Amino acid sequence: MHTKTISQLSAALRSGELSSVELTTLFLERIKQHNPALNCYISVTEAEALAAAAAADVRLKAGNAAPLTGVPIAHKDIFCTQRVKTTCGSKMLDNFIAPYESTCTAKFIEAGAVMLGKTNMDEFAMGSSNETSYFGAVKNPWDQARVPGGSSGGSVAAVAARLAPAATGTDTGGSIRQPAALCGLTGLKPTYGRVSRFGMIAFASSLDQAGPITYSAEDAALLMNVMAGFDAHDSTSVEREVPDYSAGLDNSIEGLKIGLPKEYFGEGLDGSIARVIDAAVKEYEALGAVVKEISLPNTGLAVPTYYVVAPAECSTNLSRFDGVRFGHRCDDPKDLFDLYTRSRGEGFGAEVKRRIMIGTYVLSAGYYDAYYLKAQKIRRLISEDFRAAFETVDVIMGPTAPSTAFKLGEKADDPVTMYLSDIYTIAVNMAGLPAASIPAGFVDGLPVGLQVIGNYFDESRLLNVAHKYQQATDWHLQVPQEFQ
Amino acid sequence: MPVDQSDITKVALLARLKIDEADVPQYVENLSNILSLVEQMSEVNTVDVVPMAHPLDAAQRLRADEVTETDQREVFQALAPQVEAGLYLVPRVIE
Repeated sequence: MHTKTISQLSAALRSGELSSVELTTLFLERIKQHNPALNCYISVTEAEALAAAAAADVRLKAGNAAPLTGVPIAHKDIFCTQRVKTTCGSKMLDNFIAPYESTCTAKFIEAGAVMLGKTNMDEFAMGSSNETSYFGAVKNPWDQARVPGGSSGGSVAAVAARLAPAATGTDTGGSIRQPAALCGLTGLKPTYGRVSRFGMIAFASSLDQAGPITYSAEDAALLMNVMAGFDAHDSTSVEREVPDYSAGLDNSIEGLKIGLPKEYFGEGLDGSIARVIDAAVKEYEALGAVVKEISLPNTGLAVPTYYVVAPAECSTNLSRFDGVRFGHRCDDPKDLFDLYTRSRGEGFGAEVKRRIMIGTYVLSAGYYDAYYLKAQKIRRLISEDFRAAFETVDVIMGPTAPSTAFKLGEKADDPVTMYLSDIYTIAVNMAGLPAASIPAGFVDGLPVGLQVIGNYFDESRLLNVAHKYQQATDWHLQVPQEFQ
Repeated sequence: MPVDQSDITKVALLARLKIDEADVPQYVENLSNILSLVEQMSEVNTVDVVPMAHPLDAAQRLRADEVTETDQREVFQALAPQVEAGLYLVPRVIE
């Protein structure tokens, strides 16, 4: 039962084949058994989960259940949840219990989904390996000597090990897609503004976006049907009709125009990954798609530009953690300055401090034009590349990450090398486009992800394109041996 | 090196971050490497490019000037490290 998709679990709950309490108990037992090794949950909310499951069973019996009613789910510990602590992977928020519920998690509660717990993550979502978490590294279920990717590392490890049938994640520079690729899952970063950011602890506000992490595109559509939509509480939320993401999954992709950016297949890409991606593209051609080479000439600038924009916004957002109103406060501050500097110095980890320092530097007097303004201009050039490409193609495909999961500790001491793990995902955030990573094969027993980038608000097409591939292949149904 | 030890000390002050003296050389190295990566931006001609502040070029929404939030002071203050009589306490600012 624990390897079934949400679509299958939802049907089983409806038919009365099993109850939500039984299903929830099954996952809670699995978490007890495997979480000590994987470290994918920061909080497990057993009592709350069983109560929510019992309530879902009442709703299921009464016949007014929504598709996710009674389905267990894990939330990244970046979403504020009332009564359950929200740490954002940081000592700063080690004991923080939010006074309100994020819109995203509130929508899952309304849909009747059962929260199993809150998942581990890189501190304040800053990282590509989940090694920056105050609560310790997460292990990749495919090889526990390796990282699961990040920053949504706990969410992907939980789903890959079948300790939750689905999870939420957030993606600022690749934090849903890169870990989904490294753990063999389907992950979708929606268009900027499609899912509310209210109650999602801010990292870089012009880039952050929440999305689903699931086995299949069909399941991702079910989560998107709950998550997407306008929210007056988020000033960047987009007022635009939400389609039924499940409706177009089976549409034909005959004649679909796929663009392959030559910049995504050049230097820096592991040859064995390139072969997996080539095979996936051939599969699409067999399904009737037409492939053409395109160019995104400013691809190489995405990472440098991101490391101005994201730290600048993070240093601003994280200035709210001052040790006064909430969060960590140092012992015995001798004056207000000491209170600020020591509370922040103790509460934040190394990577977060590094990014606050970079952000403060690029925004400081005399440097703004040379760094932040320049980055905002290049950001437009990156977006224009995509705009031009989408005039001739329907979707863009390429690798999600330049390599498979790397070893724990391998890149931890070298920030710049770590940053380059996100070389194919970052441009998408800069442009605000939607993109998915779907499992496309294995190299030496480790999963490889295919990235599919769509035009603005074209999530339905991305899910359709992913679903057709998943109908023809079974990479997305592979389970690491220990967790079968 | 694009930044030196005095830059690190100054930026840490601006950011209100306590940094151990022993860690300063590491920050010099890390920040210099990151800024060298960022330096690639300067090779691009952006003279006539309009900066992009928002991916969808959206403007701020406006709303009527009405009270929509209720007073939740006690709920919020329950999270604070130190409060007294409805006030947040910090070390004395004026002697």
